Amino acid sequence: MDFIIQNILNALQWGSFYALIALGYTLVYGVLRLINFAHGDIFMVGAYISFFVAGFLIGPLAGLSPLMAFLITVPLTMFLTSLVGVTLERIAYRPLRRKGAHRLYVVITALMCGLILEYSNLAVLGASRLKFPELIEKQIWNIGGITLTNLKVMVIVAAILVFLFLQWVVTRTRVGMAMRAISYDKFAIPLMGIPVDQIIVVTFVLGSGFAGLAGLLFAMSYPVLEPFMGMLIGWKAFIAAVVGGIGDIKGAFVGGFLLGFIEVGVVSVFPSTYRDLFAFTILLLILWMKPTGLFGMPQSTKI
Amino acid sequence: MKKYSLNILLVVFAIGLLFAAHFRIIDSYIQIVAMTIGINIMMSTSLNLVNGNMGEFTCGHAAFMCIGAYISSVLSVFCFGTKFGDPLLPAASVVIVFPLILLIGGAVAAVSSLLVSIPSFKTRDDYLAIISIAVNYMIISALENMNFVGGSRGFQGMKDTVWAMVDVFDGPWMLFWVINFTIFTVWVIRRFISSTYGKGVNAICQDEVAAEIMSVNTNKIKIINFMVAAGLAGCAGGLYAHIIGYVNPQSFNILKSTEALVMVYLGGMGSLSGAIISAIIFTGLLEVLRSQAIIDGLLSPVTWMFPDWEPSAGVIKWVMIPLLLVIVMQFRPEGIMGNRELGDVFPKLKKFYRFK
Repeated sequence: MDFIIQNILNALQWGSFYALIALGYTLVYGVLRLINFAHGDIFMVGAYISFFVAGFLIGPLAGLSPLMAFLITVPLTMFLTSLVGVTLERIAYRPLRRKGAHRLYVVITALMCGLILEYSNLAVLGASRLKFPELIEKQIWNIGGITLTNLKVMVIVAAILVFLFLQWVVTRTRVGMAMRAISYDKFAIPLMGIPVDQIIVVTFVLGSGFAGLAGLLFAMSYPVLEPFMGMLIGWKAFIAAVVGGIGDIKGAFVGGFLLGFIEVGVVSVFPSTYRDLFAFTILLLILWMKPTGLFGMPQSTKI
Repeated sequence: MKKYSLNILLVVFAIGLLFAAHFRIIDSYIQIVAMTIGINIMMSTSLNLVNGNMGEFTCGHAAFMCIGAYISSVLSVFCFGTKFGDPLLPAASVVIVFPLILLIGGAVAAVSSLLVSIPSFKTRDDYLAIISIAVNYMIISALENMNFVGGSRGFQGMKDTVWAMVDVFDGPWMLFWVINFTIFTVWVIRRFISSTYGKGVNAICQDEVAAEIMSVNTNKIKIINFMVAAGLAGCAGGLYAHIIGYVNPQSFNILKSTEALVMVYLGGMGSLSGAIISAIIFTGLLEVLRSQAIIDGLLSPVTWMFPDWEPSAGVIKWVMIPLLLVIVMQFRPEGIMGNRELGDVFPKLKKFYRFK
């Protein structure tokens, strides 16, 4: 029993990372119908930004206490990472959108931007792995044989809070209404006086900011940074978003946790090399049964 | 004359290349580059059949290359190698059996494409992209867990087959097969696209529902199209395995699929000549930027400002090529050729050749 509860907790933590990244994918996709393949690398950039910000804040120049540094690092990382996301949108995606390029060419551009981020990081910072400083003192709680760390709880709570916040933004605010409107009909919306480009920028700010938060939390939980850390986790989070039904906030959240549960479940029963095989087979079967994902609506095709 | 001009040109080019390789006029490095270009042409033209002509978005093309590579390597080691015991076939029969082995690898890859094509009945673009990525990961992961083909350590022993061919006649055999299979691929795709099935494929690209109403059997066309593309990619994988002499599941990961995708979209969706041209350009760029001297020259203003920074060509290459592609996309958002063939871009060329 302890074994099961312990693994459920691990799966919740692992799924939280997938959910946080998948939320960014699904936000951008829901508005632009663009798979932002650079999103996994924005997550990586977020982790690096948080490393430098935290290093500066607890270093000799600023000299803050670790807890204070953590409180400042969170908003600063989210802000700087969202700047990276908006820059990508501004210089790479928007000109293509203006020219009316085919949707898939924008996807390829996003893929290329991801490669540029990875390899320029490798070229500038080198291949040596960085160790993230310990900002919050690790506390281990032991409740009836189950070990809990404060970081684990923080990650899970953060994922749930972000989900609730985004759900509130999309369904209850004016910006969210504009986002849903753009995804509904891209051509009629400018006629209604809605500034499409600004709404898209807001979308990128939200998505990239929470990718930065995920990067910070990931770097605190597994404190080793490397340039390719975002690649695999990004692809997997994208798959999670699609299994949940891409374009739907709830779907991305559920899909991320589903992938986390499948992976941790497989590893706790089989050898760990079987993780990808089982995880992807199960996801393929889900997509086979429900081609539009768990919560996705089928797109109506017009003739 | 007009009817045969392209054939004569190709035969002259192929014989010239083979003679140059046989008499050591071009060294083995140039030969390897030429063979890589051939394999990349096979990959990009076959992916173009799915992503360009049919308008789907699959990003797991390397999975089929992987299956072709493994099947043909295992078969060739069984038949001519010594790793699994004595060779099954006499070494003299290698010249006839080797293309059959490659074709069997392609056929198995074609059958495995059902994993992608059957879900594609019900779903399109982004969901299909995921299915193909998932298939790519699944196949790599499955091969990593198969110990009799070496698992994640990789599999080797295919060079025995190549040496058996050299024993029959001392010549550049792999170059010969790559040239033959590249021409075969382009010919098959051209014939397929200009056939009735090809018209069906184009109809699905334009509008799937309308195509079905116009009595196109969309499911059948999709299965056939995926099978042709995957089969040709499987042949390319078999050739790749025999050139390198070593295969590893991770060399067919999502980056390899990305390379194929880039070649298709750089050339222009649905343009066969565009896919060929972009494969040549892309492979050429990869090779040119491999040289440390060129990279150092290009970055000399930066290294002059930051003397401590020592960029390595292998890393900078992967910054420059995507950057170049992003810039190309900004100026030509439809790719180099953009849905047109060479004869449509330069109408005067049509006087000199006919390509069927």
